[in-house]
Amino acid sequence: MKQWIAFWSILAKDMRFYYLKPPNISWGLVFPLAWTAMFFIKSGEGLESIRALLPGVVALSVLFGTTSMLAVTVTFEKKGRSFERLLLAPIPLEVLVLAKTSGALLFGIANGFVPVLMAAFLTDLAGIHWPTVVVAIVLIAAGSTFLGLFIAVSVSEVFEAQTFSNFFRFPMVFLCGLFFPVEDLPVWLQPLSYALPLTYGADVLHAGFQQQGRMPLGLDFLMLGLFCLGLFLLSQRNIRKKWTV
Amino acid sequence: MIDDMRPVIEARGLVKHFGTVTAVAGIDFDVCRGELFGFLGPNGAGKTTTINLLIGLARPDRGSIHVAGIDCTGRLKAAQHLMGVVPDESNLYPELTGLENLCFCAALYGMPKPDREARARELLERFGLAEAAGRKFAGYSKGMKRKLTIAAGIIHRPAILFLDEPTTGIDVASARQIRQLIADLNRAGTTIFLTTHYIEEAERLCERIAFIVGGRIVRTDTVERLMEPVQERQVVEFALDGQVASVEPALRESFPELNLQVASGCLLRVISDRPVRIGPLVRFFEERGLEVGEVRKVRPTLEEVFVEITGIEAADVSCEKEKAGGVS
Ligand SMILES: Nc1ncnc2c1ncn2[C@@H]1O[C@H](COP(=O)(O)OP(=O)(O)OP(=O)(O)O)[C@@H](O)[C@H]1O
Ligand SMILES: [Mg+2]
Repeated sequence: MKQWIAFWSILAKDMRFYYLKPPNISWGLVFPLAWTAMFFIKSGEGLESIRALLPGVVALSVLFGTTSMLAVTVTFEKKGRSFERLLLAPIPLEVLVLAKTSGALLFGIANGFVPVLMAAFLTDLAGIHWPTVVVAIVLIAAGSTFLGLFIAVSVSEVFEAQTFSNFFRFPMVFLCGLFFPVEDLPVWLQPLSYALPLTYGADVLHAGFQQQGRMPLGLDFLMLGLFCLGLFLLSQRNIRKKWTV
Repeated sequence: MIDDMRPVIEARGLVKHFGTVTAVAGIDFDVCRGELFGFLGPNGAGKTTTINLLIGLARPDRGSIHVAGIDCTGRLKAAQHLMGVVPDESNLYPELTGLENLCFCAALYGMPKPDREARARELLERFGLAEAAGRKFAGYSKGMKRKLTIAAGIIHRPAILFLDEPTTGIDVASARQIRQLIADLNRAGTTIFLTTHYIEEAERLCERIAFIVGGRIVRTDTVERLMEPVQERQVVEFALDGQVASVEPALRESFPELNLQVASGCLLRVISDRPVRIGPLVRFFEERGLEVGEVRKVRPTLEEVFVEITGIEAADVSCEKEKAGGVS
């Protein structure tokens, strides 16, 4: 009970002071809009092509939304020492980590639905398998949140967190099969694709939006789940090592 | 909740290295229940490191820690629910108001919502911050920040309170208020572990003091026992209108029986186990063209004990005294 009071307070504070701040909300809206517009103009096709763009734009919104926020909520507080307060609280480290990441997770999920909502006004979204889409968004958000956590724990400055995030984000975006199928990549790059969580997330999104999944959904979910768990445990270990000197 | 028989804090053979620096070099001490225990030492002595080891922000390389009978050595979180911590630098959230900060800290210890707010308001009142309750912490003055940080440290009514240099860098009036608060808390039953580099503060507040220098404890005792050897001692200070150093060798030669300390350029301290005869000394200075501005008898203080035991000139320890407002 006491731990949940602490959990909710940490989450509520982050929500209020980071995620629900006007700049972050507008970032959550502008970013997907910009991606959609960019791909739409480039495709040079009619409004019906928007649907084909959705998996990519949704995945990017989630990925960028979660990873950029953790750099702030964790790295920034660590630098300002207020994070020590949290480390002194009598709650297990796991609860603390979950509290700090839940905000980013919710923010990522919300970001993921922005392009879907925008698309709903522009084109017909019939035939989309919504349960698959929802689960995909949640799992991608979880995976990239824990990736963001791993990054935030590994650095000590906010700018380092941003640079280091891009080191993971950009290659992932191009190798995960969102914009061209993994099979079209050079053969030597393909194994790398399958070592990225977003590849499985993208596959679920393709399946949900266009019924064009390449791998069995069960495998996708399993791999995403494993990535989440692995990154969570890895961060946990790093936290124990780095946050207590 | 706390075993009465055992010391509340038991530290044994604590060692902590940072790379090649040995911050804490094998220290042992006990803090009893309800005690106000002081850790006195110069900058870099290892005070903060020791606190961090005790509160679970750092892991010892060697040694063991028991808090309230709980073995915390490898388990940093095991006794955190019993502890309140006031760090050397305020670490509250600048973007939250005073009230929000306190309520948030209370929530971290699992206090239910109605209790949090009531307790926060009570403390704001007690620390004279009620007016500023709705203002952002970032806009607080240094003294206000320190007071709110102390309030945050005791919001959950901890059995053991750790205070890291609570009066450093704030004005005399605020420092006095804070010392009064610390004494009150201790009287109400809170065990307090306090670090300071103000010798007089330690002497005034603490029951027992450990002198720490270079990561080692050189002596731990009650203030009374520490003071015993100097109790009978005569200390006389001579304020001169010129530098003592110019006549120091001749002075030592003429008065070999006296223990002479040059406290500052123009201030000479004479220490003796027998009454000091002032006449010959005044004459000595006048013959050498030095005017004696003032002669005063001083009560022996812990400062002398500290200097004797540690070999460190007291001025090096509490040099920030004047600047910071010091002890009053
Ligand atoms: N995180 C750290 N990394 C490297 N060295 C450290 C670290 N923390 C402390 N030290 C070193 O350990 C020694 C003891 O430092 P500590 O902060 O414990 O001293 P202190 O007694 O609290 O001093 P002060 O009165 O200045 O606060 C110093 O030499 C310091 O430089
Ligand atoms: Mg210190």
